[in-house]
Amino acid sequence: MRVWRNVACAVLILVAGVSLSANWIAPAGYARQYREAADAGPSRQHWLGTDEIGRDRFARVLYGTRISLLLAPAAALLSTLMAALVGGLSGYLGGAWARAAMAVTDLFLSLPWLFLLITVRALMPLNASPAVSVLVTFMILGLLGWTSAARVLCATAGSLRDSDFVRQARASGIRGMRLFWIHVVPNLKPVLYAQFWISIPAFILSEANLGILGLGVAEPMPSWGSLLKELEGLVSVGEEPWKFVPLVLLVVVVTSFEIVLSKQEEVAA
Amino acid sequence: MLKRIARHGMALVATVLLGGLLSAVLVRLAPGFDVDEQQLDPRLSSASILALRAARDGERNVFRFYWHSLYRAAHGDLGNSISLGQPVSRLIRERAPLTLRLVGLGLLLSWAAAIALALSAAWIRASAYDAMATVISGTFLCIPAAVLALLSVLWKVPGAMAIGLIVFPRVYRYARNLLGKAYSLPHIVTARAKGLSELRILFWHVAPMAGPQILAVAGVSVSIAIGAAIPVEALCGFAGVGQLAWQAALARDLPLLMNLTILVTLVTLLANSAADIAGHTLRGQEA
Repeated sequence: MRVWRNVACAVLILVAGVSLSANWIAPAGYARQYREAADAGPSRQHWLGTDEIGRDRFARVLYGTRISLLLAPAAALLSTLMAALVGGLSGYLGGAWARAAMAVTDLFLSLPWLFLLITVRALMPLNASPAVSVLVTFMILGLLGWTSAARVLCATAGSLRDSDFVRQARASGIRGMRLFWIHVVPNLKPVLYAQFWISIPAFILSEANLGILGLGVAEPMPSWGSLLKELEGLVSVGEEPWKFVPLVLLVVVVTSFEIVLSKQEEVAA
Repeated sequence: MLKRIARHGMALVATVLLGGLLSAVLVRLAPGFDVDEQQLDPRLSSASILALRAARDGERNVFRFYWHSLYRAAHGDLGNSISLGQPVSRLIRERAPLTLRLVGLGLLLSWAAAIALALSAAWIRASAYDAMATVISGTFLCIPAAVLALLSVLWKVPGAMAIGLIVFPRVYRYARNLLGKAYSLPHIVTARAKGLSELRILFWHVAPMAGPQILAVAGVSVSIAIGAAIPVEALCGFAGVGQLAWQAALARDLPLLMNLTILVTLVTLLANSAADIAGHTLRGQEA
């Protein structure tokens, strides 16, 4: 397992490294249209061919990977902070606070994740600029994805509240938020780290789902979701196999995350 | 038992009412909620525009808006869909049977596949077989639901099977862990060593122990299947509730989305409560 974990780590570093170098590898950018070579197959100029309006698919995959790989962790960070705030604090305060927080959590968890995402996404303007659509999409993921983490953190903070060292700290005169920040939060760190890392592949997949359904990142900005939307136009699987490269890359990256995080999931549970 | 059902019923009503209020607040606060397309008509005088705005004044207060929606819903009127121009109740009535059939069949397929694979992995006890089963379920877990829906169109696979493939890895993972733990318990190892048949061990020793816990994931799997119905129906062209939700989202048909949110919340909560009560009953019988 350790070997597989190292391989998965190497894959993630390689993909992240290559996508971060997109500006040097594909300096023409993701939006340049080669009108003379629209909808072309792979060639020396365009390794993965071009899309229907002549944009280089390889460049779009590189830039799309960068957007998904940079913003999914940002959304995961936001959701982890929300979970720490709602779950951690309510668990620490206990009583009615914990019950209220868990009622809200239950409400969010009672809705299917994709249904919740498309509903909230629909409440935001759909004809926003590409940059705004990227922000809105990943903000929604971050703002809605905290619930299951909050549940775990509430339980952990609740058990810490009644632990001996917190009681001793309270007896020594440390109270309120100071007690929470100094003694409770540091002990929540392993759970927070685990929740942060396991949110990333979940958010990558969610963005891909939203993109394919036309509710994700707006054109011409590429993301894995918008790149996979191209598969909608295929008639058969073997017709243009290079169009499956974003899917293969997505599956490889998410699988690598799953392998690397297999230990973290145990901590999060 | 009755007390438990009553508690679940009260929690269900409270959550649905809270969910309705939350969606009403979100709908009310959504950009462009109180803008009527008619107001953009250049032929209208300022007095007409003011009259149009005044007509929507009642909806400004979120609680009044929610109370009116609830009152109408209690009388069977769920309002009209803005984008489709039809009563929401009729749209749901027409489309719900197809979604129920797809989700039901999908759940059946996913549970059959997941339990069969998890049981065979626990029986065969070969690490290569276990690894193969984990890789298969892991692969499906790493493919976005919408891509599985698209692939099902390309490979001409029935929509229910696409839903089944989306739900399968989640159920398999859970069932595999539970069955693995159950089969490694000392009394089951002893039963095996004494030569009891696998079927007898399964029905007499493993099922009563792991059954209630596996049942707990049944409620969650309904929620996953309903979520999976959205991309499957939207991309495979099935006119069900999932496609309706997607169309409502694309058209920003907020009243329709609000009603669908309440309906989906109700269905998933009912499924979770039923699974919880069934699990509790089984545990009670075992005790």
